[in-house]
Amino acid sequence: MKLNYWQINLLILLFLLSIWFVVSFGFGIIWSEELDRFKIGGFKLGFWFSQQGSIYFFVLIIFIYVFLMNKLDKKFYKNTIDPQEKHKE
Amino acid sequence: MSLQALTYLFVGISFAVYIGIAIWSRAQSTNDFYIAGKGVSPIANGMATAADWMSAASFISMAGLIAFLGKDGSVYLMGWTGGYVLLALLLAPYLRKFGKYTVPDFIGTRYYSKAARLVAIICLIFISFTYVAGQMRGVGIVFSRFLEVDINTGVIIGMCIVFFYAVLGGMKGITYTQVAQYCVLIFAYLVPAIFISLMITNNPIPQLGFGDKVIGSSTYLLDKLDQVSLDLGFNAYTEYSKSNIDIFFITAALMFGTAGLPHVIVRFFTVPKVSDARKSAGYALVFIALLYTTAPAVATFAKINFINSVQEVEYKQAPNWFKNWEDIGLIAWKDKNNDGIINYSNGNALEGVKPKYIDKEGDYGERATINNPDLSNSNEIYIDNDIMVLANPEIAQLPNWVIALVAAGALAAALSTAAGLLLVISASISHDLMKKILMPKITEKQELFFARCAAAAAIIIAGLFGIYPPGFVAQVVAFAFGLAASTIFPALFLGIFYKRLNKEGAIAGMISGLIATSSYITYFKFISPQLNIAENWLFGISPEGFGFFGMIINFCIALIVSNFYSKPPKEIYQMIDEIRKP
Repeated sequence: MKLNYWQINLLILLFLLSIWFVVSFGFGIIWSEELDRFKIGGFKLGFWFSQQGSIYFFVLIIFIYVFLMNKLDKKFYKNTIDPQEKHKE
Repeated sequence: MSLQALTYLFVGISFAVYIGIAIWSRAQSTNDFYIAGKGVSPIANGMATAADWMSAASFISMAGLIAFLGKDGSVYLMGWTGGYVLLALLLAPYLRKFGKYTVPDFIGTRYYSKAARLVAIICLIFISFTYVAGQMRGVGIVFSRFLEVDINTGVIIGMCIVFFYAVLGGMKGITYTQVAQYCVLIFAYLVPAIFISLMITNNPIPQLGFGDKVIGSSTYLLDKLDQVSLDLGFNAYTEYSKSNIDIFFITAALMFGTAGLPHVIVRFFTVPKVSDARKSAGYALVFIALLYTTAPAVATFAKINFINSVQEVEYKQAPNWFKNWEDIGLIAWKDKNNDGIINYSNGNALEGVKPKYIDKEGDYGERATINNPDLSNSNEIYIDNDIMVLANPEIAQLPNWVIALVAAGALAAALSTAAGLLLVISASISHDLMKKILMPKITEKQELFFARCAAAAAIIIAGLFGIYPPGFVAQVVAFAFGLAASTIFPALFLGIFYKRLNKEGAIAGMISGLIATSSYITYFKFISPQLNIAENWLFGISPEGFGFFGMIINFCIALIVSNFYSKPPKEIYQMIDEIRKP
């Protein structure tokens, strides 16, 4: 089966948003206390995810999205980069 | 140079730069005024978004809040950054492709209805003014503490500056000023954090420093803070004290609220291409994360420094900053056991919590209050969270130029956010209300004139908020995020991802989300605040987290109602197909 642009886009969103959910709501809140049994340096792991780690992952998620979508745009819309939206200069 | 002279110098130079940029980049057309002619590079837009987003609350209050809340404070860290993931993945690229000026513009067009546009305008104006009120309080605090002018004079100076570059420059002027303001504010935030991190843990990176060992001992800083907190009768700093479900809902409400804030969304209308909108959201989050990952470190350092410098210190020996903030009215000391020594522990120092000062000195020279002491605990200090970041460099005895820098940074944070909000308000009035609903015949030139008038009027109202601060600012912040999450976010999200949603469904959804959220918050925050405890909450969700519940209600109602009415017209299907293409 061949997926179209929009369907692949939705799969990418689903994949990235599950990471988003797991690192913040999962590791930062729901399983935070269990993770606190492990330590990295002076940080309890659950505490680290809630105050540091989740934010680093958020940044990473957006840049992975940018990378994947740029590839997808190229594949499907190689020659049609918005004719009406050319740079103004 | 004295602290005051240095502060004047730093604030003066930064203000001169902002005005210079405003003159250089003034707006010529409505396109320039609303969305900066779509010519802003993704990195510049990322910085401007970061400055727009990081308000006086982020800069001044957040680290203080975390210092007092401990791990519970994580809701702000995750909530106010995680929202950008939603924004980048679910909204920004599509709204940029849509290519109009404002958020109500999208809602009005997508749901082919003036009523939907009107509901969106009402939510937007309410959210934005709530926010502006908070900024003005920040401006007032900074001016009164560091420049030693009257708060009112301070607010008026701030308003004049914003007036100048917002009314003249529009979005174009604001964007480039915000780039400069971001640089000022991040520098001002990082410098003292690095200094203090070095002093406490000898680690130059604050993000790592607060997980490091205290200099000259083998205990980790966070373990030490946990121990000290328990000794003073607080919860352990690194553990949640609220229930998991409440933490979950508050975080979610802040995340979806962030993604639905009009002044943030509109920033992504200013870049040249769809792919730039995605990239720009990424850069914005990098710039925001720089401050947001530093904040918990600052909170930890501030808490330990604060305890060390006041706990069991004789009032007469108390450091200067303690007395300075007492004069401003953000610290108070009530000697419960008459020993002249400051005791800090868990609980309220005063009955009625906030100090009411009288024009008299107490036995040890402290600023006297008429409040009765709260005798259920032994805590003797009232401290306002807001002073933590501002007082931190003084508490750590950093050089004067660092303190002056922090003052300039706090002003940059407050002014950049205020300007962004004022622009959103003026655009929704001149473009959505006047041009699209009331007077469709006006020319572009007239519309630009109305936009400038609306911006000017909004600035005056915001200034009044600063001079006569409403007592409810802190309470209504929950409102702003709750409403954004329960009205604007679902309308935008479903508008893009669910073609079948018609105007009846969207309007019913927005109105039910609005009513559910605002009545829950109004009930617990204004009508019967004494009932605002966990046992009385629906499913244990506090008013701060109810916006997420309101959002779920919105989704359900919108989908159900939508099924009873006919499909949206063909043009709408075509329009959605069009915005889904890059």
